[in-house]
Amino acid sequence: MYMLDVVIIGAGVSGAFIARKLARYELNVALFERENDVGDITSNANSAIVHSGYDPVPHTLKALLNVRGNAMFDQIADELDVHFNRCGSLTVAVSDEQMAMLYDLEKRSHENGVEVRILSADEVKKMEPHISQEAKGALLAPTAGVVDPFNLVVHAVENAVDNGVELHLSEPVIDIVDKGEYFLVKTPKGEYESKVVINAAGLYSDKIASMIEDIDWHLIPRKGEYFVLDHYEVGLVNHTIFPLPSAKGKGVLVSMTSSNNYIVGPSSEPIDDVEDFATDSFTLGEIRRQATELVPDIPFNQVIRVFSGIRPTSTRHDFIIEPAKTNKRFINVAGIESPGLVSSPAIAEYVFENYVSKLFNLVEKKNFNPRIKKYHHLNEMSVEERNAAIKENPEFGTIICSCEKVSLGEIKELLDRSVPPHSVKGVKRRCRAGFGKCQGGFCSPMVTLILAKHYGVSPLDITWDRKPILEEEVKKI
Amino acid sequence: MIKRDLVIIGGGSAGMAAAIEAKKNGIDDILILEKDGVLGGILNQCIHNGFGLTEFKEELTGPEYLSRFVKQVEELGIEYKLNSLVLDITENKCVTYSNEKDGVVIVEAKAIIFATGCYERSPGAIQLAGDRCSGIITAGTAQKYLNIHGYLVGKRIVILGSGDIGLIMARRMTLEGAKVLCVSEIMPYSNGLNRNIAQCLNDYDIPLYLSRSVLRVEGKSGRVEKVVLAAVDDKMKFIPGTEMEFECDTLLLSVGLIPYVSLLDKLHCEMSSTRGAKVNDQLMTSIPGVFACGNCLHVHDVVDFVTDEGRDAGRGAANYIKGLSEKKKHILVKPGNGVGYVIPQFIETDLNNDITFKFRVRRPVKNVFVNFKSGDALIHKVVKPVLIPSEMVMIKLNKDKLAGLPLDEIEVSLEER
Repeated sequence: MYMLDVVIIGAGVSGAFIARKLARYELNVALFERENDVGDITSNANSAIVHSGYDPVPHTLKALLNVRGNAMFDQIADELDVHFNRCGSLTVAVSDEQMAMLYDLEKRSHENGVEVRILSADEVKKMEPHISQEAKGALLAPTAGVVDPFNLVVHAVENAVDNGVELHLSEPVIDIVDKGEYFLVKTPKGEYESKVVINAAGLYSDKIASMIEDIDWHLIPRKGEYFVLDHYEVGLVNHTIFPLPSAKGKGVLVSMTSSNNYIVGPSSEPIDDVEDFATDSFTLGEIRRQATELVPDIPFNQVIRVFSGIRPTSTRHDFIIEPAKTNKRFINVAGIESPGLVSSPAIAEYVFENYVSKLFNLVEKKNFNPRIKKYHHLNEMSVEERNAAIKENPEFGTIICSCEKVSLGEIKELLDRSVPPHSVKGVKRRCRAGFGKCQGGFCSPMVTLILAKHYGVSPLDITWDRKPILEEEVKKI
Repeated sequence: MIKRDLVIIGGGSAGMAAAIEAKKNGIDDILILEKDGVLGGILNQCIHNGFGLTEFKEELTGPEYLSRFVKQVEELGIEYKLNSLVLDITENKCVTYSNEKDGVVIVEAKAIIFATGCYERSPGAIQLAGDRCSGIITAGTAQKYLNIHGYLVGKRIVILGSGDIGLIMARRMTLEGAKVLCVSEIMPYSNGLNRNIAQCLNDYDIPLYLSRSVLRVEGKSGRVEKVVLAAVDDKMKFIPGTEMEFECDTLLLSVGLIPYVSLLDKLHCEMSSTRGAKVNDQLMTSIPGVFACGNCLHVHDVVDFVTDEGRDAGRGAANYIKGLSEKKKHILVKPGNGVGYVIPQFIETDLNNDITFKFRVRRPVKNVFVNFKSGDALIHKVVKPVLIPSEMVMIKLNKDKLAGLPLDEIEVSLEER
């Protein structure tokens, strides 16, 4: 066993960006994830909004890191080849009372250093033809955007791994022992010694933190349910549309996504069980009611999926990014609820500047490459470019997912990367095969067979998410 | 860029029938684009028998049925391309397809026939409540896994929806050793053909629960563990206290088929409540020269009617290419009392001697008149002892009956006898 410098627990978006940040330096870093894929839980199921930062209470970590993170996204999207669209957000007031609240929000935005502008009802209706006739005005935040949350994490981890970070999937940390000079990190597969531990375990961060000391905070997880609509046409909404925020959060939004779908949600209900991802019709009905107050003619017959995500809200109601009380080499990164996705690159910087850099004499790697190798995005190519790609690899010509038009070549390309998918869901999250109107009805059998062949296993071993899709091979005649 | 007189998108039963008929009507320059590796479409996975009673007066399996059409396509020398998915189509009838061998090719066509079939409504589309885990799968996908690849998706099955594929799969999976616990249908009547209820459920003692749906799916382990059904009232609201729990590993969905025509959305083609295109008596959509037939126009229950409709579209496209289908009028066809939709939605030419009106009733009815009215004038009246939503109704009208209508519209409606 060799001594690791840093163990990061949790390959969600925070862990991913911390891993990528540390990959710049001559450090032995290992990233542990309990699921069979990275970014699989909270980072996988959220609104995917790159918030502008108008909403967090000034001078909190949320406010600071949201604004700082937002500014980093153009470069990140470029370096990591991730779909990102700075579409802007509109927080819409539908009463005079709410209009007054908009001015308070405007003040808060300026305090947070966020560029905003108050729009009149006419301006809003011109920008958003489908908005409620009740709209009295809106707060426009042009720096807000939407991002592909799946590949944001996958590509950040891929970049970290390409620069030397070890990734351990399906390896939950079950115990940590403080050995004075180092920590002994135990998983079902082995024991690892590490000088520093960073706890970015999302919904399990309180349990991980409690492995070395008593903590004075805990998580009060909140579930959010959503609808996803097909990309049947452009222009239902052109921005992320928010209601006025309340104590429960930013409210039910209606937004286009980075893939030109539409997303409607979330609800916000505290739950006891962090494994309870079930959706229920009552909550979805309530989301629908609230969303149609802002955008009355949402075509719910275009819904292709409903899902829920769980936010690791903490009792402090701010991000918790600090060393353990008893050991400065154990760093908690907890309570990363919204605006966690947008803040994550800034969280990584913060963890590095304030803590990790002070624990090591760091040397930058000479050959660190911040860019990942480009993926082939056939749907973004001209006919000529496409034909050049197909000439090079004919499998780019065979379309497997007819809804999203994903080729065999693009699916196989995923399998050759450093953070490849192991499940049908993993393929879906990365290249959108199965993301369309038939939700994988047509292509999932083919994807299952492609995975089985690649990994040299029976199709019976291929999972949708955690468990296999198929139960039994039938007798051949 | 290449040129063809007629491009047919989809090489299933509708597409092949359309191609054969167009060829017989003098169109030689035809190209069929099929996304799969074989012609025949979904019939390839329908290995049960019962196909072809009208067409061939015998009961064939899906593969037997389709092979008769493949043979004709081959004999007539009609060009087809396999593993070729259409990526795009433009208003000036340029079709872009992609395959391994040709790469991306743009075909400029004089006419296009959509014969792209339908897709299954997904768990997300019905907003299925509960966990999203392995073991929730549509019946057609399970059928493909079983009949094409040789894998059973589960051993203890609950089926939601009494659509025909679900019923067929209840029998098929039972024969392969799975236990099908029940079929649950949210409507107070079955959505499958009566013969399938008898032969696939009753013969195997599989209960069918009407007015019941899935309250939630439980599967926190990552695989379906339990399905909870509950009764619904006439507003489709769950009735507390009526829960039935089934320990199972799979929930099979057979909750409806939807025409698969996303390429038409972009063209702003006029769409119908069937979610297929609106068409005229030649099966031409609102985009001149673009036709639609088969399950991508409206979902059929019998393949022979798909074949027939394919032929109609083939003839319609041939007429269009030959310059015969000049629009002479514009009679709107509307569904009235008790009728869900009617095809065609418009009558615009005098080319057919008889016009077949196809429609579905909204709910089961007994002993009714089907009335064809234009304004107050009754043009035609037919007595029907029983009509059910799962069976498409077809009524032929001679074109003379459509001469001199008081209004430029016809309404098809039901009247109690």
